[in-house]
Amino acid sequence: MSGAAAGSGTAVKRPPTPMRPWTRARITGHLLTVFWILVGVGFVAYLAAGWDSELVTKYGPRYWTGLKTTVVLVLSSIIAGSLLSLPVAMGRLSSNRFFGSLAYAYVYFFRGTPLLAQVFLIYYGLGQFHGVLKSVGLWWFFRDAWYCGFFAFTLNTAAYQAEILQGAIRSVPKGQWEAAAALGIGKIYTVRRIILPQALIVALRPYGNEIILMIKGSAIVAIITVYDLMGQARWVFSKTFDFQAYLWAAVIYLIIVETLRISWDRLEARLTRHLKR
Amino acid sequence: MDSALTLLGFGDTGWGDEIASGVAVTVSLALATLPLGLLIGFFVALAKQAEEPSLRLAANIYTTIFRGLPELLTLFLVYFGVQIGLQQLVKAMGIDATIEINSFLAGMFALGVVFSSYASEVFLSAFRAIPHGQYEAGYAVGLRYGQTMRLVILPQLIRLALPGLSNLWLILLKDTALVSIIGLSDVLRQTGIAARVTKQAFFFYGTACLLYLVLAILSSIAIRRIENWSRKSEVIR
Repeated sequence: MSGAAAGSGTAVKRPPTPMRPWTRARITGHLLTVFWILVGVGFVAYLAAGWDSELVTKYGPRYWTGLKTTVVLVLSSIIAGSLLSLPVAMGRLSSNRFFGSLAYAYVYFFRGTPLLAQVFLIYYGLGQFHGVLKSVGLWWFFRDAWYCGFFAFTLNTAAYQAEILQGAIRSVPKGQWEAAAALGIGKIYTVRRIILPQALIVALRPYGNEIILMIKGSAIVAIITVYDLMGQARWVFSKTFDFQAYLWAAVIYLIIVETLRISWDRLEARLTRHLKR
Repeated sequence: MDSALTLLGFGDTGWGDEIASGVAVTVSLALATLPLGLLIGFFVALAKQAEEPSLRLAANIYTTIFRGLPELLTLFLVYFGVQIGLQQLVKAMGIDATIEINSFLAGMFALGVVFSSYASEVFLSAFRAIPHGQYEAGYAVGLRYGQTMRLVILPQLIRLALPGLSNLWLILLKDTALVSIIGLSDVLRQTGIAARVTKQAFFFYGTACLLYLVLAILSSIAIRRIENWSRKSEVIR
């Protein structure tokens, strides 16, 4: 009887949902949400009002090339940095005092100084020695702003990645090493099949954060005349004095970072599904 | 070594005094940004853990935006955006004047906003680490919400948030370098000028890096002291 009544939607009377009082928190929350809605609407209206198809066809492709430059720069320095981070992380983990302190000094320097200063040091600073660099045949590399940015980012991200890797490997309990040794498993095989699979899961989140930080940090190559997304936005702004130049760049950066963050979360959830309880 | 000493000397011949003033600007910018960022970050964290969904939504929008944008772009948006906005406002009012935004204030605001959105995450996880019983115990002895916050929760919160916040402080110290791009005479800008004039770019940018390192080391020492101070009242188990 009651089931049928619920089905036809007549008889069962549910208790009324209690009135939620307009507390101070609720009022503030609504005001702030309305504020964001207004900001969003104003933002879209501003961009729509300033939409000029002539400008878009003129400058739109620049953003696309800028985006490609940013992505290529970040990807290549992340990959090169991950290779470089291996010896640094090994140094950080080694019991050898010399290698340990060398790796520590490297990491400390690159994590303790601003990326912008590092880029300047490499681009302008090494440019001072162009005579020497020419004689050893490296001038083509350090003459180019893109290569210098790539080099600085690689050194920088290698320091951060080494710390991530080192911390992750340390987080694997010592018993895992001992158990493998007790079973007579070789050291390399232990690292590859026992330690790294456990360590990389710990490292997954910091690695994702590092990629996001690199994407955001890569904007500073615009200062040394690399036309990445930020560089193109700066160029367009200098030509048009239209503030939208930066707003469009902001939209693109936000989309990239959010997409990456969400897909990284998904990836992490997928890879750690055996750890869920 | 002699030339290095001349280059870094104080007075007309060397760049020591210019660079020292740059260090002062960098440090004061970071110190001025810190309270702003901490304050906003604390309230954003409060909003994020509120029961009210609209409050949580507003706070999450805030952090999503400012953690997703490159710091440099945030700085430019604030610096040029406020400048253009004010310019048009003044024009609409019929006054013919050019507006220049103080780059220190623009930097402070932009860095403060970025700092606060990261700090809110640190505060949030610290809030979550404090058991609910602490609030209940506070209410049970007759403390009001504000008093419970101030006397019971905050002392524990500081202790839990300190490691994360000290990390953010070091990041902030490095991020101040970006303000040199909008013309504030900080360490990087002053050493950059010196590098251009003397053609000793490697030496001066290297000096800048070392100065940042020294600031980081000094901060670590100060942070360790603060941590020891905060642990004084910790229960020994």
